[in-house]
Amino acid sequence: MCAVLPPALSRVEIMSNSIEIKNLDLNFGSIEVLQNLNLDVGKGEFLVLLGSSGCGKSTLLNCIAGLLDVTAGQIHINNKNVTWAEPSERGIGMVFQSYALYPQMTVEGNLSFGLKNAKLPKAEIADRVKRAADILQIEPLLKRKPAALSGGQRQRVAIGRALVRDVDVFLFDEPLSNLDAKLRADLRVEIKRLHQKLENTMVYVTHDQIEAMTLADRIAIMRGGKIMQLGTPDEIYGLPMNKYVADFIGSPSMNFIDGSIQNGVFTAGDLAISLTGYEFTSGEAVDGGATLGIRPEHVITGELVSHSPYCIDVEVELIEPTGSDKLIDCQVAGHLFRVRMDGQAQVSVGEVLRLGIDPARASLFDAATEVRL
Amino acid sequence: MTKPPPILLDGPQGPKPRRVLSRRNIFLYGTLLVITLYYAMPLYVMIVTSLKGMPEIRMGNIFSPPMEVTFEPWVKAWSQACTGLTCKGLSTGFWNSVKITIPSVILSIIIASLNGYALANWKFKGANVFFTILIFGAFIPYQVMLYPIVIMLREMGLYGSLGGLVLVHTIFGMPILTLLFRNYFSSLPEELFKAARVDGAGFWGIYFRIMVPMSLPIFTVAIILQVTGIWNDFLFGVVYTGPETYPMTVSLNNIVNSTQGVKEYNINMAATIITGLVPLTIYFVSGRLFVRGIAAGAVKG
Ligand SMILES: Nc1ncnc2c1ncn2[C@@H]1O[C@H](COP(=O)(O)OP(=O)(O)O)[C@@H](O)[C@H]1O
Ligand SMILES: [Mg+2]
Repeated sequence: MCAVLPPALSRVEIMSNSIEIKNLDLNFGSIEVLQNLNLDVGKGEFLVLLGSSGCGKSTLLNCIAGLLDVTAGQIHINNKNVTWAEPSERGIGMVFQSYALYPQMTVEGNLSFGLKNAKLPKAEIADRVKRAADILQIEPLLKRKPAALSGGQRQRVAIGRALVRDVDVFLFDEPLSNLDAKLRADLRVEIKRLHQKLENTMVYVTHDQIEAMTLADRIAIMRGGKIMQLGTPDEIYGLPMNKYVADFIGSPSMNFIDGSIQNGVFTAGDLAISLTGYEFTSGEAVDGGATLGIRPEHVITGELVSHSPYCIDVEVELIEPTGSDKLIDCQVAGHLFRVRMDGQAQVSVGEVLRLGIDPARASLFDAATEVRL
Repeated sequence: MTKPPPILLDGPQGPKPRRVLSRRNIFLYGTLLVITLYYAMPLYVMIVTSLKGMPEIRMGNIFSPPMEVTFEPWVKAWSQACTGLTCKGLSTGFWNSVKITIPSVILSIIIASLNGYALANWKFKGANVFFTILIFGAFIPYQVMLYPIVIMLREMGLYGSLGGLVLVHTIFGMPILTLLFRNYFSSLPEELFKAARVDGAGFWGIYFRIMVPMSLPIFTVAIILQVTGIWNDFLFGVVYTGPETYPMTVSLNNIVNSTQGVKEYNINMAATIITGLVPLTIYFVSGRLFVRGIAAGAVKG
């Protein structure tokens, strides 16, 4: 038998804030992209801005970097109001999706460009370039032009360009989106390692939830220029504060069943699930229209069904094996319902399957406001 | 155990053979040949005529090659051909044109590229209004501006001088060149500009260190446009300069159209070729540069 280790202390202990965004508005002419946005990022924190395309993630990042003039509000970096400061004076390094390497300069030239602009002494520049090249293992590439590099190498150089600046805050704008899947996974790990090594603040924009979940200390889910929820990956996944976040996070996405709550029982069609065990945000059960959400991987199947608080029988409509899992499509109360089963489970189409639902692992949202109940 | 190699069956295999003399090829190359002849013929006539003496020309066979090659018409065209008043050939006009073209091309390209860069990357207040006015300028017919500019140049004391004409060419090149540069700079990835700003480069730093090195193709296009346009200009030359400062096109016109004496076709032909030589050279030299610039741009990081 293995002994259980005592729980480790959480690594991130937020001491003070590295970035503070206060009441930020940003308009492009008459288009309001960000409205009254507030966000604090702790020192050494890895914050991921996650959201679908066009929700204002890059815009927010550009505001932090000083590449866009804000319409209203303030931005503080390291307890300094930098709202009007030039990008180079803010103590940030930035990595772009398209790498944005200067094509006519060598890798070395790319790395040292910012340092030369800052008029650093030659020896210092050489030192920093060497150290960055060391960390990122791009020393053999220093004399090459960007055109002679692969995608992964280019992105490393782009990260190196932020690294040599010796700053406390790194901003990443979808740095891995242009890479193929394998490289993306590799570089993701490298970025995480880099963060653990440097312990600096990172704000990382992505639309890929896997990237967000694996990298982040905290995730800010954005939609239409607003932050829908800010929390640790566990909170975002386990306790989504509204239906949008619940739907956005998780793949395959959460099952939703529209119905209503009466006297602590959720009813929809012929379903009647007692909500004992569900923790309402207000502390007590609320009556009225509601949507029940449950993740495919939280539906109980197999032998454990007999222990679950509520059971239903469904007919298997479709099976998608992914190797490690099998995804089952079926109907519950007139809604498509997906269930994740073990890859080894024996099921066939048309078979009747017994499923268990545990309210403790489900989410309930107000039918009108879509806020978590 | 290895499988036996597959046996190829009869019938098509490998690349499909292409016939050199297919109907399509005959049609294509035939058309190209006819068009080439159509354009090359006048040039041929000009060259052979410029190498003949007057007696031979009077015989009337304009297509026949010269029986006796002579370069005298060329020498005369350059240094002795008579315009209305003087007999100094094209040389004065040539050097005037050089003195007009070089500063006009350099000035207009520097200013227009800076304009285009500022418009594309530094969206300053009123940029759109400025741009609209500039583009509107491209559509105003020159004739409308001719006389007002005469007055303006006279007031500035530049009327009749080379400097005045340089100024006029620089200004008139501005709309189209600015448009050209603005569109090119807008097509460069915006993130490069942002990266350079984060790296602490300013307006000039980004222009010289990032933008210009990436813009060889568009600078080449601008040079071709401006050199040929300004070198070939006749209207502004004849209006804004005097006999001493006439550009080459005006000298050429005066030589070809001079009413005294016999028409010396060989000298006229030689003079015309000499005048056209500069734009031709530019096409040949920078055409190759141009292709290289495009190719270099295609593999940009
Ligand atoms: N320069 C601009 N002018 C006008 N609208 C813009 C500009 N840049 C972005 N937008 C708009 O702002 C919104 C947010 O854009 P962005 O921040 O790039 O989204 P993303 O989350 O995909 O990075 C989009 O709707 C986009 O159309
Ligand atoms: Mg974006």
